[in-house]
Amino acid sequence: MAQTFSANSHDTAALTARIEKRWAFLMVGIISLLVAVVIFTSLHWAMMPPSRVETINPSTLHLSGEFVESNLGSAVEPDGSITVRVVGQQYSFTPQCIVVPSKTLITFRVTSADVIHGMLITGTNINSMVEPGYISTFKTEFKQPGDHLMPCHEYCGVGHEAMWANVKVVDKDVFSKMALNTRRLTCDF
Amino acid sequence: MISNKRLVLAHFWLAFAVFGVAILLGEWQMFIRSPLHAWLHNPDLYYRSVTAHGTVMGYVFPTLIAMGFGYAITELALDQPLIGRRWAWAGYTMIIIGSIAAVVPVALGLDSVLYTFYPPMIGNAFYYIGVVLVVVGSWIWVALMGINLQAWKRAHPGAPVPLPMFANVAAAYLWGWTAVGAALELLFQILPVALGFSNTINAGLSRVLFSWTLHAIVYFWLMPAYIAFYTIVPRAIGGRLYSDTMARISFVLFLVFSMPIGIHHLFADPQVGSGFKFIHSVFTAMVAVPTLLTVFTIGASVEIAARLRGGKGVFGWLKALPWDNPQMLALAFSFVMLGFGGAGGLINMSYQLDSTIHNTQWVTGHFHLIFGGAIVIMYFAIAYDLWPHLTGRAMRDLSLIRAQLWLWFIGMIVTTFPWHYVGILGMPRRMAYFDYSAPGAAGEAIWVVMSTLGGALLVVSAVLFLVILYRNHSACQVEPAPFTFSKAIHEPVSLPLALNGLGLWVGLMIALTITNYGYPIVQLMGLPDAKVPAVFVGAK
Repeated sequence: MAQTFSANSHDTAALTARIEKRWAFLMVGIISLLVAVVIFTSLHWAMMPPSRVETINPSTLHLSGEFVESNLGSAVEPDGSITVRVVGQQYSFTPQCIVVPSKTLITFRVTSADVIHGMLITGTNINSMVEPGYISTFKTEFKQPGDHLMPCHEYCGVGHEAMWANVKVVDKDVFSKMALNTRRLTCDF
Repeated sequence: MISNKRLVLAHFWLAFAVFGVAILLGEWQMFIRSPLHAWLHNPDLYYRSVTAHGTVMGYVFPTLIAMGFGYAITELALDQPLIGRRWAWAGYTMIIIGSIAAVVPVALGLDSVLYTFYPPMIGNAFYYIGVVLVVVGSWIWVALMGINLQAWKRAHPGAPVPLPMFANVAAAYLWGWTAVGAALELLFQILPVALGFSNTINAGLSRVLFSWTLHAIVYFWLMPAYIAFYTIVPRAIGGRLYSDTMARISFVLFLVFSMPIGIHHLFADPQVGSGFKFIHSVFTAMVAVPTLLTVFTIGASVEIAARLRGGKGVFGWLKALPWDNPQMLALAFSFVMLGFGGAGGLINMSYQLDSTIHNTQWVTGHFHLIFGGAIVIMYFAIAYDLWPHLTGRAMRDLSLIRAQLWLWFIGMIVTTFPWHYVGILGMPRRMAYFDYSAPGAAGEAIWVVMSTLGGALLVVSAVLFLVILYRNHSACQVEPAPFTFSKAIHEPVSLPLALNGLGLWVGLMIALTITNYGYPIVQLMGLPDAKVPAVFVGAK
């Protein structure tokens, strides 16, 4: 084998280059396909991460604006959709337990009062960073009633491991009855 | 012939010594947060340990390996003595001083901020200063690599730069530029607050600057492993490198494409717009190309070795490979782990799939498999290959070496596969303990125990590795054959300018960094509202 390399060096060089090029084109093709899938899903399912670059002063969250304590939790919008407002701080979320209806469009608006936090809801693909100075906004819909855990997933200090909240998804009709007499809902309303 | 043996050995030994300590911390972390141990009374001990483990494994260990290997390559590939040996020792000293300055306050609990810093949390300034010193020490190496290459080129006008040196200098330039992001964050955002000149910080901007470093640093860790794939393994198993040109193309593609992609770490962040997230996702897909090219070139090079040894058939040649050769074994293990890790990586980079696993144990599993697995096993292989040339003594413990590599491979799979799985279940990263009795978390307990056992195998393997290297220093003296790198089937006679120097590619790397990072950084700098009060950690 070694002899053929040197004897026919020019031919083998062309041959090796040809095989190699074929592979390179194939790989670029596969990668392009992956990118096409990403584009298709982001447009077709409108799956977008929180990306609005909206700022807010974390020092005055509790004094005025949409993140005052009485305004946190689930709110029914005029169009029937739900807006959930949550604040993360060392080492808890407010509200600690979120209640939302199934089969309804839900918009989360989340921010932090101190350091960087994160949140995910187990069993779903809801996953966002929660950063002081910025508001994370994202939309979702829960298919069926059930209980989920909502841990803080970003290191936020020595009590990070204790920062867990709960999400309770209830039937749409049950939720409507709960919402009759109150402006904002949490599990303990 | 290496004339600066002490310099190279000093780098490698310090690297492996700190690695040995950090792996014990890692296993302790896995143990105390598993169901095998009660909840830690002082969770801060866990975060101190995570900070130290990450700082050592992420910054100190791979940097020292790249530097030591780089100094060896300079002399072996260019066949000229290293220029700037005093400077090299100065850089080494800075890394020692920086590491001590960083680790002492971490041990005291003044800097439990993890190696990713996480402002607006701010710790004791000495930790950050220590990290800066480590980086500046490594920048001396970056400069020396460039200077040595230039000197060789002046002495050999028009001659093809040897592939190992070409790749080594590409790695150096990549590191030089990618470290700038974290340096900007430390110098302009964190240190002013840590030293008391300011008390607010833009956490979103800090994260963007850190992401500039955070992804390309992985490719910097990876470079020594890839250099070994191309220039050591084919020679060690008796084969030839399939293509010198493709190797160069792969290295320059890494240089260009590993930089402008870091925002894929920020897909779930509110401070970057979706447009730039999308662009970084696409560029991340492109950086898979040089790895896929490498898989082909190295696969073909290995096949050449097998056929030269009489291997036949479409797959039958696999049997003819020298499986008892540690380099063959390390390469095969590395490729398997690279395959699984790379497939996981494609999931992370895909925008939507990322949201199912972002910041879960999946990510911990992913980078341990890629870095701790595919890359570090090649660091072992590099050490095994170079050691006789550094000590002048025979490497006799071949069966021990094989056992060590097997243990590392099995340990890494047993550690990281369960991590991936519990990540999909939604188990978050970086927690000092878990409530395994909580509904929805109980099913994770058995998997966490399994990965703790995998970690124990890794500790045994690391101890074996250190013992093998140590024993070599008292083995019988030999005169090792002159060190050579792999020969290509067609050795380059003359190369196009673009593949014989890095100027064009460094230019592209900087230009793409500016187009992909310029706007997000300028936009965030223009948001004074987003400056938030610092939150100090540690005893005050």
